[in-house]
Order: sequence, then C-alpha cells, then structure tokens
Amino acid sequence: MLHTLTSPLLRAGLTAMIAFRALRRNKLRSTLTALGIIIGVASVVAIMAVGRGTQRRIQDQVSSLGSNLLIVFSKSRRTNAAAAGNAESSNLTLEDVEAIRREVRSVQAASPEVTLSAQAVAAGRNWSTTIAGESPGYLRIRDWPLARGSMFTEREVRSAARVAVIGSRTARELFGPLNPVGQTVRIKNMPFTIIGELESKGAGMGGANQDDRIVIPYTTAMRRLTGDKYPRLVTLQISSDGLMSAAQEQVTALLRQRHRLADGRKNDFDIVNQKEIADTVNSITTMLTYLLGGIAGLSLLVGGIGIMNIMLVSVTERTREIGTRIAVGAQPRDILLQFLIESITLSLLGGAIGVALGYGISAAASMIPDFHPSVSIGSVVVAFGISFIVGVFFGFYPARKAANMNPIAALRFE
Amino acid sequence: MSTTVIELTDMRKTYRTGDVEVHAVNGVSLRIERGEFVAIMGSSGSGKSTLMNMLGCLDQPTAGSYLLDGVNVAKLGRADLSRLRNQKLGFVFQSFNLLSRTTACENVELPLFYTNPHVPLRERRQRAINALEKVGLGTRLYNHPNQLSGGQQQRVAIARALVNNPELLLADEPTGNLDTRTSIEVMGLFQALNDTGITVVMVTHELDIAAYCKRTIVMRDGKIIRDEPNTTRTFASDQRAALDASEQHADLA
Repeated sequence: MLHTLTSPLLRAGLTAMIAFRALRRNKLRSTLTALGIIIGVASVVAIMAVGRGTQRRIQDQVSSLGSNLLIVFSKSRRTNAAAAGNAESSNLTLEDVEAIRREVRSVQAASPEVTLSAQAVAAGRNWSTTIAGESPGYLRIRDWPLARGSMFTEREVRSAARVAVIGSRTARELFGPLNPVGQTVRIKNMPFTIIGELESKGAGMGGANQDDRIVIPYTTAMRRLTGDKYPRLVTLQISSDGLMSAAQEQVTALLRQRHRLADGRKNDFDIVNQKEIADTVNSITTMLTYLLGGIAGLSLLVGGIGIMNIMLVSVTERTREIGTRIAVGAQPRDILLQFLIESITLSLLGGAIGVALGYGISAAASMIPDFHPSVSIGSVVVAFGISFIVGVFFGFYPARKAANMNPIAALRFE
Repeated sequence: MSTTVIELTDMRKTYRTGDVEVHAVNGVSLRIERGEFVAIMGSSGSGKSTLMNMLGCLDQPTAGSYLLDGVNVAKLGRADLSRLRNQKLGFVFQSFNLLSRTTACENVELPLFYTNPHVPLRERRQRAINALEKVGLGTRLYNHPNQLSGGQQQRVAIARALVNNPELLLADEPTGNLDTRTSIEVMGLFQALNDTGITVVMVTHELDIAAYCKRTIVMRDGKIIRDEPNTTRTFASDQRAALDASEQHADLA
C-alpha cells in the first residue's frame, strides 16, 4: 500500500534528477537561457525595493512638516488680477487667524506665514536665504526643536521686534563654527538679534534644504520687510488626527462666513490637509512603482519565450533520446514531466539568481544618502511565483511535443 | 505458462497517403515459441520493419490480432503498451541509441527507471552490473558511449535490453553499423543468450547474418513468402576461428 503511494513521488523525484543532469550538461546554454528570467526578476525586485525606499522617504518628508497640519492659502494672492473685483474680502487676514484660533476649538496652534528671499549679512559675510515670518507656535507646529537659544515670544510678535531664530545651514554659512546666538544679522539693511538656532532637519518636500532659513516674527516681516498686510498662508495644527476633517470643515465654514461668501460661490481660499498630501503622494508613488514593476515583469515574459525556444531546440536535439526512452517503457507523462521539470528548474534557478541580483542592486542604491530601498518579501514571493508560472507555461508546449512523439519516427530521427 | 511467445493472426497494417492505400503488412499469421531464434528477412519495402514495430508494441495493427505471451496487444492503450515494452520486451537498434554523456551502467539502468513498481536505486545498479557482465563488459561499467567501440556500444545496448529479464529480444539490423569481426562477436552474443533460453527475433537483410539464426522468415509485399528452419546454421566460434586463420594467412603472405 505504502509502496504504491510513494511510487509516483519517487518517480517524480527521479525524473527531476534526469532533468538536472540534462541542464548541467549544457551549463552555458542553461545560464544564457535563464538570463532573461534573471534580468526580469532582478529588475522587478530592485524596482519594488527602490519604490518602497522612495515612498518611505517621501513619507518622512511629509511628516517632517509636522503632524496634523491644515494649511490655509489665500487664493487671491496667487491670482491677483483675476480676483481684483473682490480684493477686499478675499484676502486672508490676521483677524481671520484670530477668529480661527478663538472659534475652532481643535486648533491647537496657528501660525500665519510670510516668506521672502533676502540677503543676510553678518560679520562681513553674505548669504542669500529664505526669511520666514512666523508666530511663536511655529516650532511646535513643525515639531522642530532648538539647538540653542530660545524662540521669540508673543510680546515680541506684538512689538514687531527685530529678533531672529536661525537655521543651522544659514548659521554655518554666516558664522562658521561660531555660536550665532547673540550675534547680529542684517536683513535688508536692518539689524536683527539672533536669539536661537534651529536643529538641523535636512531636505524637505521638493528637495529644498529646510535648514537654510531665518525665522522672524510675522509682524516684523510684514511691517518692516515686505509691507504686506496679509499673510500668504496660515498653518494650523489640529489637536488630534481624528479631528482633521471636522476642523477642516469648521475652518472652511468660518472663513466663508467671515468673507461673506454666498451659497454656491467658490471658496476664495484653499485648505490643504497634510494627510491628504501624504495619501496622494503615497498613491502616486505606489502606482508608479507598480507600473515600473509591471514593465520589468514584461521582461519575464520575454525570458519565458527564451526558455520555450531553447526547450523546443532541446526536444528536437534529443528526439532519439525521447524515442529510446519511450521504447524502453517511458509513459508519455514521464517524458512530459522530464521536460517540464527542466524548464521549471531553469526558470526557478533564474528566479533565485535574479532575487539575489535584485538584493544587490537595492544594496547598491542604499549607498545614496538619505535613501533606504528595502526588498519586500512580497516582491520576492511574487517574482518567484511568476518565474514558476513562466516555467510551467512556456515549458508545457515543448514538453507536450516531446511526450506526444511517435517513437518509431523518433528512433529513426537523424 | 504457455510456451508460445508470439501469436499473430491475419495481422494487417494499412497506411493511407493521399488517395493511395499502402498495405505495409498484408495478412501475416505467425507463431513463435519460447527459445526460438528467428530472422525476418526481406528487401526494403517488404514490410519487415512495420511488422517489427508492431511486434515491439511501438505501433498498433490496423486489423488482426497479436497475442504477446498470451496478452492481446491490439486492445491495449498507450500506457499499457509502455508497461508491456518495459517488462516483456528488449530492444536492440541498428544505431545503438545509447544516451550520450551517460555511463554504460546508467544506460543499462534506463528501463528499470520506468519500471512500476519502483525498483530501488541499489537494486537497479546491481542488475545493470549483472547485465553488463553477462555481455562481457564488466570492466567498462562507467565508460561513456564515446569511449567505447561500436561493438562494445552494441553490447551495452544488448545489456540494456536484457536488464528487465524480457520474454523477447527484438533486434533491428543489430550488425548494420558494425564491421565483420564485431558482427561475429555480436551474433555470438545473441547465440549465447539464445542458448540460455531467451527468445530472439531479428530483422536483417544480410543472408550471412540470418544464417546465425535457427529459423528464417522471408517477407515480400507485406506477406510471408517463406518460413523455414535454418538447416545450415553458422556458429560464431567457427566464424571467428576462420577469420583468425585467414588473417594469419594474410600476415604470413
């Protein structure tokens, strides 16, 4: 009983041995045949790894903005001429910011922002940088600790004081290794006292260096540097993740009411939800990764055709062998299995080498700073699975051709 | 167990090429007993190869019946025919048909590989060695075919045919690719095997090769035209001695 059960398994194992031996006899040919699969699997694995790395990096950058942020943009500032007829009411005002802070309870912190580019001069050095007018809550919103010194206060905002907190990059450019706190920096010929230095944060969204900036009170920026009456945008921090969409609705309603927008009219401001940005970016990179992975997967198809080609050649070459095997008692399914196992072995071997190569490529790509591609088990399993399917699919036709051979003709084949 | 190995009754094989029907085998009745040594002769196109293929269960007759060791072959499917070839028949071909880059031993093991129930590895190896010793190749077990002479290769093929203890040895022009001396050797081997009781059926078109057999069947146009015992049988040992003598004579001259 046991004997009849184990016999087919044993036979399959022995058939596999014959197949391995045949592949070993043609090492160069087997390797070249597997090359298509190797390249296909390696590129799928590597692209998936790089895609994951990219996604993680973007997520890091999005979260480096701070957490649970709503950013309100004034629309008219961007399309001044088009909105000229309604200029008065369509600006985002500091009163709007106050109202939001007062009436939307989930808003934890709000920072109006004005930015400009200017030359900063200190100790005879010149450096072109971004000047950001912000509120004292800015550091908390951005989750950005100070390396030394302190942040300006509400009182300094009210008095439009000439104080500044300097980014680490700007500090290095202007003061070298010296402690910038207590030093004076001139912006547009106006002296500012440096009261703090930010910790280094690295590249932000879009690759701009976040550490190259000088943060001053928004009032100082508006009154003394730009002459703007309105902030360009307001960053709001919401107390918890779950309240984000509710807060977005409340802010929208409040601003519509304050801007006296009738029903049916479009908002004259934009609210961007940080979570939405992250989700959008995420879905785009995911889509791109799958797209590229799919294109790489096409080369698996090409590799499969290569296997089929060589298997057909092999079947023709070994016609006499097949005839002999049938004559001494091989069943058609034995022959089928023998050639099928050969092609599956070729493709799985290619898959294994390809996975190793993909790991290698991903390891090489991780030498790029701030970039951490990671090979997912999923992509390895999928790549292996596909190469198995390729082996079966493209090996079946040649194998069946071999199994259905007429032994009389096969034995006489020259 | 009956002593009749082969019993053909009005066996026919008809091929159709376009509109023309070719009667390759046109009504053959034949009985071969255990221990016989039969030569089937005939010119090309006489139907002897087609008959041989049907005897070897590689081809099915169009009509008539074929009892192989009491089993009606004409009614069997492909899988059963495979089993029959594996266990009851041994094939020897004109061009040896050994697997290249495979040792003599592994070549001989080949039929055992397809035997059901499964033959364990060690037993397979042992039976292959025994078979090779029987054909006088006990010292060449692990040589590849390209390291063996033509006669040795044919002897490996005979060992392969013997390894599963078949009822019947079928040989298709077994000396067709061999020189005179090696032909004598191979025919001597067939005679020796036949002496131990193995039934041999051989296709040949050479009279002097047919002379080694005990019975000669001549075919023409798909029919048996002559079937008689061989009264003036050639023996390999005599032939070898004669050959040696003539060579010695040539050397002296």
